[in-house]
This record gives sequence, C-alpha cells and structure tokens, in this order.
Amino acid sequence: MENRPLEYDYTIAKMFMLTTIAFGIVGMLIGVILAFQLAFPGLNLMLGDGLAEYTNFSRLRPLHTDAVIFGFTLSGVFATWYYVGQRVLKVSMAESKLLMTLGKLHFWLYLAVVVAVIVSLFAGVTTSKEYAEFEWPIDIAVVVVWVLFGMGIFGLIGIRREKSLYISVWYYIATFLGIAMLYLFNNMEIPTFFATSPSGESGIGAWYHSVSMYAGTNDALVQWWYGHNAVAFGFTVPIVAMIYYFLPKESGQAIYSYKLSLLSFWGLMFVYLWAGGHHLLYSTVPDWMQTMGSIFSVILILPSWGSAINMLLTMKGEWQQVAASPLIKFMVLGSTFYMFSTLEGPIQAIKSVNAIAHFTDWIVGHVHDGVLGWVGFMIMAALYHMAPRVFKREIYSKSLMAAQFWIQTLGVVLYFTSMWIAGITQGMMWRAHDEFGNLAYSFIDTVTVLHPYYAIRGVGGLLYLVGFLMFAYNIYKTMSSRPVEERELQNASPMGA
Amino acid sequence: MGIAELQAYGYFVLTFFLVVALYGYIYHLYTKKRDASGVDYESYSNMALKDDIDDTPVSALSDEKVPVEGKKK
Ligand code: HEM
Ligand code: HEM
Repeated sequence: MENRPLEYDYTIAKMFMLTTIAFGIVGMLIGVILAFQLAFPGLNLMLGDGLAEYTNFSRLRPLHTDAVIFGFTLSGVFATWYYVGQRVLKVSMAESKLLMTLGKLHFWLYLAVVVAVIVSLFAGVTTSKEYAEFEWPIDIAVVVVWVLFGMGIFGLIGIRREKSLYISVWYYIATFLGIAMLYLFNNMEIPTFFATSPSGESGIGAWYHSVSMYAGTNDALVQWWYGHNAVAFGFTVPIVAMIYYFLPKESGQAIYSYKLSLLSFWGLMFVYLWAGGHHLLYSTVPDWMQTMGSIFSVILILPSWGSAINMLLTMKGEWQQVAASPLIKFMVLGSTFYMFSTLEGPIQAIKSVNAIAHFTDWIVGHVHDGVLGWVGFMIMAALYHMAPRVFKREIYSKSLMAAQFWIQTLGVVLYFTSMWIAGITQGMMWRAHDEFGNLAYSFIDTVTVLHPYYAIRGVGGLLYLVGFLMFAYNIYKTMSSRPVEERELQNASPMGA
Repeated sequence: MGIAELQAYGYFVLTFFLVVALYGYIYHLYTKKRDASGVDYESYSNMALKDDIDDTPVSALSDEKVPVEGKKK
C-alpha cells in the first residue's frame, strides 16, 4: 500500500460533479416551469389552490435563480477547482490529510446549506434582495463554507511543486476573493430581534428575520454593486478559469497568447467593479455614477474579448477539431456566446438603449444567452472532459453528446431571439404615446402581444433541459461502464480517434 | 477644500495610477520575452499541457519535492 505511485485524488471533485448535475436539473426544471407559467398563467395553480403558495411564479423565481447560481454554477466551480487545482500545481490531495478533511467538510456543509436554502425559500423566508435572499443564519453558514473553500485553495497552493501559478489558478483565487468581499458587504444585516419599536417593545418578528444595514439609494447601490459583480465573479471569472484549462487540454494546443491572458485578467479586475451602476440607470443614484457605470461597461468589452479571442485563436489551424469533437464544439460556442453577451451587455448599458431595455424581456434574453450559452456550455464541457479521467472510463456516447449539442444550441437560440423580440416590443409599446402624451397601450395589450414569444421561450428552455438530461444520462452511463486503462486516457483525448 | 473635492482628486490620482500601472505591465510583458529571472511567459502554457503528477514542473519550487515514483511524500 505504501508503494503505490502517487496519483491525483479526485474524491472531492467527483462529489461536486454529482451536485452540479443534480442542482442543474432542479434549477433548470424550475426555470422551464417559470417560463411556461409566464406563457400560461393557469400553471401557477398547477397543483391546485391549496398548494398555490408553493407553485406560484414569485415563490419559484428565487428558487430558480439561486439553484442555478449557487447550486449548479458554484458546484461546477468547486468540482473543476478540485480537479484543475491539483493538476496545474502538480500536487495531489492525497498528500495532505488536512486538505482532504477540509475538502470533505466543504462539500457536506455546502450541501447542508443548499438544502437549507431550498427549504427556506420554498417556505417563503427571504430577505427579498435579488441573489442574496438568504436570511442571516444561512449567510453565516455560507461564510463558513466559503472560508473552507479558501483554505482548500491556499492550502493546495502552499504545498505545490510548480513554482508559478497557472492562469486558471489566478482566476480561481479572484473568484474566492471577489465573492467573499461582495457577499460580506451586501449581506450586512441586523436581526429584527435586536430592534426596538418606537413604543419600546423589542424582540419583534421571527428570530431568523433581518433588515439590511443600508437603506434607500445606498441599499440599491450596494445591492447592484453585489449583483453585477456576482455576474463578474460567479458567471465570468471562474468560467474563464475553466476554459483556460480545459480548451488547451482538450485540443492539445497551447494558449494562443499567455501574455494576453495575464493582461485580460488585470483588465477584467480593474474594470468590472465600476460597471455595476448600469443596473440603476434613471434611478435615484447620482447621475455621475450612472454615467460612470455606462462608460466602464463599454470599456469592459476589451478585457472580455481579450479572453474570448485568445480562446478562439488557441484553435488557430486546428479548426478541424471543432468539426470532429462535440466537446470542443461546446467550448468554442461557449466562448462565442461569451463574446456575444459581453457585446450585448455594453449596448444595453448605454443610457438611451437602457431606456427601452430596462424592465423588459430583453434583459432576460441577455441573461440567458450568457448563462445558457456560456456558463452552462462551459460547465458541461468541463465535466465531460473530467468524467473519463476521474472515473477512468470512456465517455459513454459521443453521438449522444453531439445530439445534445445541437438540441441545446437550438434551445438557446430560441430563448434569446424570442426574448429580444418580446423585450423590444414591450419597451416600444410602453413608451408609445399620442400627440397629447397619452399612453397608446395599456399593460394588458403588451401581455397579449407577447404571448407567442413566451411560448417560444418555454420551448427553447425545454429543449435546453432535455439536452441537460441527456448530459446527465451520458455521465451516469460513463460512471457505470467498463473501466479502461488510465494510460489510454491520459494522453489521447477520449474524443480523438 | 471640502471632503468631496478631496475624494475627487483622490479618485483621479488612483485611476491615473492604475492606468499607468496597467500600461507599464503591458510594456513589461511585451518588450521582454524573458523577464529578469529568465522566464518566458508563453512557456507557462505547459503548466496545463504537461500536468501529470510525474511530469517535470515548468519551474519546480524546489528540487527535492519532485515526487519519486513509488513513494508517497
Ligand atoms: C461586458 C460585459 C457585460 C455588460 C456591460 C453587461 C451589462 C448588463 C446590463 C446593462 C444589464 C441590464 C441592467 C438593467 O437594465 O436592468 C445586465 C443585466 C444582466 N446581465 Fe449583463 N452584461 C455583461 C455581461 C454579462 C454576462 C457574461 C452575463 C452572464 C453570464 C451577464 C448576466 C447578467 C444578468 C444575470 C443580468 C440581470 C440582472 C438582474 O436584473 O437581475 N451579463 N447586464
Ligand atoms: C432550462 C433553462 C432555463 C429556463 C427555461 C429559464 C427560465 C427563466 C425564467 C422564466 C426566468 C424569469 C424571467 C422573468 O422574470 O421574466 C429566469 C430568470 C433567471 N434565470 Fe433562468 N432559465 C433557465 C436556465 C438558467 C440557467 C442555467 C441560469 C444560470 C446559470 C439561469 C439564470 C437566471 C437568472 C440569473 C435569472 C434572473 C434574471 C433577471 O432578474 O433579469 N437560468 N429564467
């Protein structure tokens, strides 16, 4: 036993891979239900009047967003970290009992927190801050989970054999630091228990409720500084970390320009934090702050495209691989969608455009071309690359994977095109007026016009979910199939040949 | 000079400093193929491409830490 050669230990990565898939299914299923509820409002009562409280749109919406962000995406981030981290630092988790224990603790506590979140949101317990709905006891547990994650990162770095840190590790570190800062400041809250009413009574309300430490415009500012940078450090930075590792590995090509990757990293860190103001255009925040948000949003194209173009150029001269391998297709389309949403975002951040786009479905379209085309595709691609290596088995079916790719691509396209049309129609109808300034349409007119587009979005979302189930099935069959020699897998990609 | 004015100057100086630092960094990366310690940044891609546990590190942290076949640390 003592004389076994040292190997990477993927125990923790495997556990997080399973939660990535499980929470992906849950979150996207709820997304599809929401989409059909918007098209067919009767579905709000799908389990009858008695359970309406639990099945209506407003109760389910935060469950969707939190399940896909904190369940699916974060699990994916953790799974890939526990895989990529060891490899690029050339050190195995098996070498440190402490790191292994911390990793396991990280996983189980994370799972407990997600369960607590699901239960509390279903019960309607919420702080009502978007993407930060959890009440204070859960927030505290989240901080512990995050600290464990950080100890895992820095612990592994501490015992590494490779002197320099590969670019992906920079991005993982930035994810850790960024989210830590954002989460702490946005969730500063005071339990209502400590409040005293004007008439002197204390201990008001349930023990788990709280109020934000910020009020009014300040609250909005902190909230969108958080909200926007949750996109930055949850949907962008760790996903870039993944593509910088998995695309070169899968294609066997060195990053087109390592220097450009360093540069885009600092560019992204520098610019992202100032752009949050674009969520609050035409609101009560100071005008200069809105202008700053718009300007930084436009500048943000540069570092974003810096990473994306770097990835596409990595495939230079190797485009036949894109045709041959569905796995590389996922990643190349992912970086294309990344370019796409980081061009769309800055356009929406221009004040005159935002005047039409804000509050409309165009924003929802923007969100989902980013999360479905970029985040979802990249996480699935990462898991597809990891699966044969951690389970030591071939991917079950390459043709299933190819079919999944096309079904999901169609789903994404249906989703964002329908939302563009719906959003712009909505925006134009809301502002249309006659020569005396009377509004030309009432709200219900827009609802009627939008119905077909909502139905199309529902179908698009359903296709994406079907594709995700195919992915889950493919991974499941991979896990449970005949093991192959590790050597066969290590050099040749299972997609090759 | 009120606090707001001070903040504005501070903000400008900080932004200016960061811009200079960023461009300085670009200059540093692109003018020197190898930096002072003799590192070619492009070779860092190999940290991902050659990442088996018994591959030689691109730049090892220390000599004796390279894993020996058949022996745990
Ligand atoms: C250069 C990069 C980007 C810029 C400048 C940008 C800009 C914007 C703007 C202007 C809005 C609309 C705010 C409003 O009127 O309500 C928005 C919303 C949003 N964007 Fe982006 N975006 C960018 C990239 C991305 C990416 C890559 C993703 C996801 C992968 C993303 C996810 C979101 C989300 C989730 C929202 C909705 C937030 C909410 O209202 O709940 N964005 N973005
Ligand atoms: C099966 C695919 C999906 C469908 C059908 C779907 C559907 C929906 C629907 C109907 C909404 C509410 C829009 C509204 O209030 O008008 C929504 C919101 C949202 N979804 Fe999804 N979703 C899917 C997948 C995902 C994934 C994978 C992610 C992230 C990784 C995601 C992130 C979000 C976010 C951040 C919002 C809030 C957007 C905002 O406030 O502007 N969704 N989704």
